[in-house]
Amino acid sequence: MRNSGILPYRPEVAARSFPVFRGMVSDKMAAFVIKGSAFLAIASLILIFIFIGKEALPMFTSSEVQQEAGLSKLFLPQPAHPGEAAQFTWQPISETPKYSLLPLLAGTLKVTIIAVLIAIPLAVAAALYTSEFAPSWARETIKPCIEMLAGIPSVVVGFFCLMVIASWLQTAFGLTFRLNALTAGIGLSLAVIPIVYTVSEDAFSSVPQAFREGSVAMGATSWQTASRVVLPAAMPGVLASCILGFGRAIGETMIVLMASGNAAVLSWSPAESVRTFSATIAAELGELVQGSPHYHVLFFIGAFLFILTFVINLAGRWWVGKLQKKLQGAA
Amino acid sequence: MSSDWMKRTKFAGALSQGLTAFACLIIIAIVVIIMGNIVSHGVQKISWEFLSAPPRDHFTKGGIFPAIFGTAALVILMTIAVIPLGVATAVYMYEYAPKRSRLVQLVRLAIQNLAGVPAIVFGLFGVGFFIEFVGRGLDKGLYGGRLVYGQPAIIWSALTMALLTLPTVVVATEEALRAIPNNYREVAYSLGATRWQMIRKVVLPQAAGGILTGGILAVSRGSGEVAPVMFTGAAYSLPHLPTQLHHQFMELGYHVYVMSTQAFDVEATKPALYSTVMVLLMLTFLLNFTAVMIRARIRKKLRDGR
Amino acid sequence: MRSKCIGLILLSGLVIFSAACGGPGESEQHRSVTVKGSDTMVILAQSWAENYMKEHPGLTVQVTGGGSGVGIAALINGGTDICEASRPMKDSEKQQAKSRRGNEVKEIPVALDGLAIYVGESNPIQSFTEPQLKGIYTGKITNWKEVGGKDARIVTYGRDNSSGTYQFFKEHVLNNEDFAREVQTLPGTGAIVNAVSKDPSSIGYGGIAYASGIRVVSVRRDDKSDAVMPSLATVKSGQYALSRNLFFYTIGEPAGDVKAFIDWVLGPEGQKLCETVGYYPIAQK
Repeated sequence: MRNSGILPYRPEVAARSFPVFRGMVSDKMAAFVIKGSAFLAIASLILIFIFIGKEALPMFTSSEVQQEAGLSKLFLPQPAHPGEAAQFTWQPISETPKYSLLPLLAGTLKVTIIAVLIAIPLAVAAALYTSEFAPSWARETIKPCIEMLAGIPSVVVGFFCLMVIASWLQTAFGLTFRLNALTAGIGLSLAVIPIVYTVSEDAFSSVPQAFREGSVAMGATSWQTASRVVLPAAMPGVLASCILGFGRAIGETMIVLMASGNAAVLSWSPAESVRTFSATIAAELGELVQGSPHYHVLFFIGAFLFILTFVINLAGRWWVGKLQKKLQGAA
Repeated sequence: MSSDWMKRTKFAGALSQGLTAFACLIIIAIVVIIMGNIVSHGVQKISWEFLSAPPRDHFTKGGIFPAIFGTAALVILMTIAVIPLGVATAVYMYEYAPKRSRLVQLVRLAIQNLAGVPAIVFGLFGVGFFIEFVGRGLDKGLYGGRLVYGQPAIIWSALTMALLTLPTVVVATEEALRAIPNNYREVAYSLGATRWQMIRKVVLPQAAGGILTGGILAVSRGSGEVAPVMFTGAAYSLPHLPTQLHHQFMELGYHVYVMSTQAFDVEATKPALYSTVMVLLMLTFLLNFTAVMIRARIRKKLRDGR
Repeated sequence: MRSKCIGLILLSGLVIFSAACGGPGESEQHRSVTVKGSDTMVILAQSWAENYMKEHPGLTVQVTGGGSGVGIAALINGGTDICEASRPMKDSEKQQAKSRRGNEVKEIPVALDGLAIYVGESNPIQSFTEPQLKGIYTGKITNWKEVGGKDARIVTYGRDNSSGTYQFFKEHVLNNEDFAREVQTLPGTGAIVNAVSKDPSSIGYGGIAYASGIRVVSVRRDDKSDAVMPSLATVKSGQYALSRNLFFYTIGEPAGDVKAFIDWVLGPEGQKLCETVGYYPIAQK
């Protein structure tokens, strides 16, 4: 097997440092234990799905829950009172509880898109600079900065948005609402920048040096090389970084909980307050009647978030794999 | 004409290059501004008393010791759970399973996806699995249905956090395993070592640095995350320190959240709040910095080894 | 090396085992009362607990938060002696508790929480009538002009829909109508005070004790009645309408140490402590 011996086999030395019989027994045991724990990662993913799904299941099976929060009520508009016009409303505590997920979905997407629109250009440009143009001292500065940014706990970012950024934005733009999608989106972009930067920087630096040399040899400037050779070659990786950044933003909780204002409004304006899926779970779970329809709806939202981020991550990893294959083929 | 075109190309190039550099500058500026703001406000109230006393008068006086203690207890329990599991997973993927086997790919995929699961979903899982299923099960089996483990507790928070940080440990350990030259393994085998003996006496000691990095990064992540512990064990305020696995605990991150949203007197709490944020930030930075240093040394070893 | 390993494993097993068994065993030796539930009431319950323990050494009163829902679930499942809740228990929950624990739930109001209306310090508004408040929070009044202020959009802040404060406000001010969708819900009264203090054209509500950096506005029943400022006297006399009970819940009539503690809480010393942490003593009947 692996012992393609470089050294001659010397039983007397071996017997001293590696007792044979005991060794074989413990070897079997260790293999068993190690193999077992390796499955834990897979098992825990499945368990997460099962146990969140289990609490979300009454949405489909329990008639009591369905009556109050059936699937049609989650997705179709409901009148606030009998006889009024139907609306998409999230108002679980009410005479007629309304569980429309649409305002939450719109809110989640609005904040996420704002965050991604800010984070991606910044992070990809910064990654391009560090990998292609930066002198080594600049690289030594930017990388620890990104690490630091990644290390800031999200509750600290949320705190900073709530206390500082919200006030800055309000005075700068004269906004009506102090806490709004823009404030939360900016906060969220701070959480997204590190992941986009790291993945796209990896992509840029995995482009073979030969590509650059070829381009420069044909008389291209360093910008032309970067923009027309390196960027296209690393494109799948850059796309992956965007997708993974999106996935990170969609599930982030504390920042949006603290900075978005949490009003479930359906509108396009970034200056209005929004309510996201994750913040809804965080804000409402603690005080609820356990086992009530509202409780199950929150787990349903959790299951939805889980599946959504799962798919997003799969897509992201698929693009990364594609980049690796492409560059291996080219090199 | 040709030189004119050259000039324009050069100018456009320099401009675009400058823009990318500007992006870097913005990111650096963001970090500096956040740090500067928090440190300049937070440093005034930092004192030995602040670090060693419990909060008094609605968080405006006293300190944050219970939160520091709770955070430490949480990450210690979490580390006990996550290090063996994470290291074993990495060892399996790198040392046991045949390279490129389906199973390894599946495990790797699972790890990557686990890393992408939102923190709040882990929190829900902690409630649904650890508290409602395992905890209530334990209560039924051991305590005749009396509620002991079937409610928010530090052990459930720690286990939830362990799952959240598992990918961090696996990735760091795998990188360390990759840095060990293959000859080491071959020499061990040639001396008649079994695989486990080889791993225990050769691979794991060599990978200790990498495992340490993973552990530190996990601790740094674990000490700042709030969403997973919100419903699984963190408490608003406690008169006693947690001494049992089924006690609730106070956590730094959750304390920041509580102080900034539920403080009685917002203005009077602000100094303590800023100082708490600063302590949390310094803690995570220190941990991250240590991890980065160790990792840099391993990477250097990896480069020199090849 | 190996024996060391085994020793270590045994030791850690022992520690975990003893930790697992130690907890409940210990609580049987020491006399203790557990209080669990609403985060808003934690501070209040804690100051009760601290003072009570000072007078009664040998007894531990353990207070933990987690939310009214967590506390009620613990009561239903036997995880706590007393559940503190800032919202009244739902009938479904009471039934659950009865079927699970075989006894009726006993509801004990222990303190009053006055609900104040906040505006920014520079806002000229002096008082609101209840119909005005209802109009503002249901979205029918959207400009300060309509209630006698300057021409600016009203920014409304409220609490999360699962909080007791939200439900109280909805029942007593909105007459059970729904909040407007534009109402921004923040996770705590502190956050509301902070937001209102930074935003001159906004309005919020919350406990009276929180009022710093903002102005509390008096409330009138309707156009003709007098404006009432929330204060100890007006809340106690019932003149100020917006006050709610905070509750303790027990399974069956409290007895033994639990009864002694609750009696003390309802007695002069306990009720006096309410005021020091910003709540009001319940009206003596």
